[in-house]
Amino acid sequence: MTAILSYIKKDSLIHKMAGTTKFFFFLLWSIAAMITYDTRVLVGMFFCGCILFKLAGLKWKEVRFALVFMFVLMTINLVGIYIFAPEQGVVIYGSRQVIAKLFWHYTVTIEQLFYLFNFFMKYMAVIPIALLFILTTNPSEFAASLNQIGVSYRISYSVAIALRYIPDIQRDYREISQSAQARGVELGKEAKLRKRLKNSAAILFPLVLSSIERIETIANAMELRGFGKYKKRTWIMRKKMEKRDYAAIAFGVVILGISLYMIFHNEGRFYNPF
Amino acid sequence: MKKNSQLSIKSIVAIGIGAALFFVLGRFVSIPSPVPNTTINIQYGILGIFSVIYGPLVGAVSGLIGHILIDLSWGSPWWSWIIASAVYGAVVGFSQKKLNIENGVFGGKEILLFNLFQISGHIISWIVIAPVLDILIYSEPVEKLFAQGLTAAIANSISTAIVGTILLIAYAKTRISEGSLDKED
Repeated sequence: MTAILSYIKKDSLIHKMAGTTKFFFFLLWSIAAMITYDTRVLVGMFFCGCILFKLAGLKWKEVRFALVFMFVLMTINLVGIYIFAPEQGVVIYGSRQVIAKLFWHYTVTIEQLFYLFNFFMKYMAVIPIALLFILTTNPSEFAASLNQIGVSYRISYSVAIALRYIPDIQRDYREISQSAQARGVELGKEAKLRKRLKNSAAILFPLVLSSIERIETIANAMELRGFGKYKKRTWIMRKKMEKRDYAAIAFGVVILGISLYMIFHNEGRFYNPF
Repeated sequence: MKKNSQLSIKSIVAIGIGAALFFVLGRFVSIPSPVPNTTINIQYGILGIFSVIYGPLVGAVSGLIGHILIDLSWGSPWWSWIIASAVYGAVVGFSQKKLNIENGVFGGKEILLFNLFQISGHIISWIVIAPVLDILIYSEPVEKLFAQGLTAAIANSISTAIVGTILLIAYAKTRISEGSLDKED
């Protein structure tokens, strides 16, 4: 169960870039994919993303678990859309070319397949860049990046605290749950659902109390060290922006620009080949 | 202590720890439910408690950060549901002043109030915010989204009602209530 995506240390051009750049690029990219439904843009973004992914020296093998999980999720989603709205594509593209009739009001139309393909690509366009961002950004640098793109350093510091304490809380949870189970608190399939929820509360209570205690301790320590006295703060992990960083951001802006331009060009978010 | 218009240090830390708890519970702890392939999210119960103790801002931001981290650890963020989590944290947080849990009183009236807030939070998040954003961002069919939202709202409300209420009752007992000391005759 520890198949979790996290930073993989490597030596590549992308790894050397500033975290700020990668974060900003990721945001531009996901906004671009969010607003457009143009097939050509989405497919282009997907291929660009794959090239960048290769450029970072990452291997698909390293993210296989995540990919399998996402494909399962995506399939459920696509099937769900089809079951609830088999004519969504027809409504969007305004024409109806039936390929096959299934049963009841379920038919397969080219428009529906095209709509589902677009929906799928919308997700696929973001995945390589999201993975790239997660796998090549050092978490310690992430808080500095947030601050650099204009998030207040207090909130950035909250993010740093969250990343720092995730392993601690995970360990706490494991310890508490094991000692509770040793005392006969059942969480598995044997217990009834209501019982299970109640039992989980028995485990969560020590976890919440210890977390609240932890908040007090950390807050006091920060207060004693004068956190928040000044308007600004420096970050030891911050990397300096270089030419290639500005180039990458410019590329992200261009992609977003194309995505926006296509909305005007297509007179709507959808590219309609029919 | 001087009054500061900015976030207090305690809130900053609470956001961080709240997000970390949300992440750990949402990512690693899943309670199997009777419906196959569905698990019950207990992280919303915990988020609710943080909102009640530390207020709407802490609730919203820790929900936001926690949910982004969960999604990133799976590979890709689904922005509409992330925003819905933040809204839920904020809505429950508005009950902070009314409940005043630090007083150590959490009886029938407070339980009712907390559950009213958490249920309306879930309804606003999963039946209004998440589907509307999904329609705007992903142009998904309306029927599917509302069916999804309704299921999420019901499941999350029930788990928050059980987990959140039990934990808040226990938490209130650890606080010292006003006027709990009597003068000896």
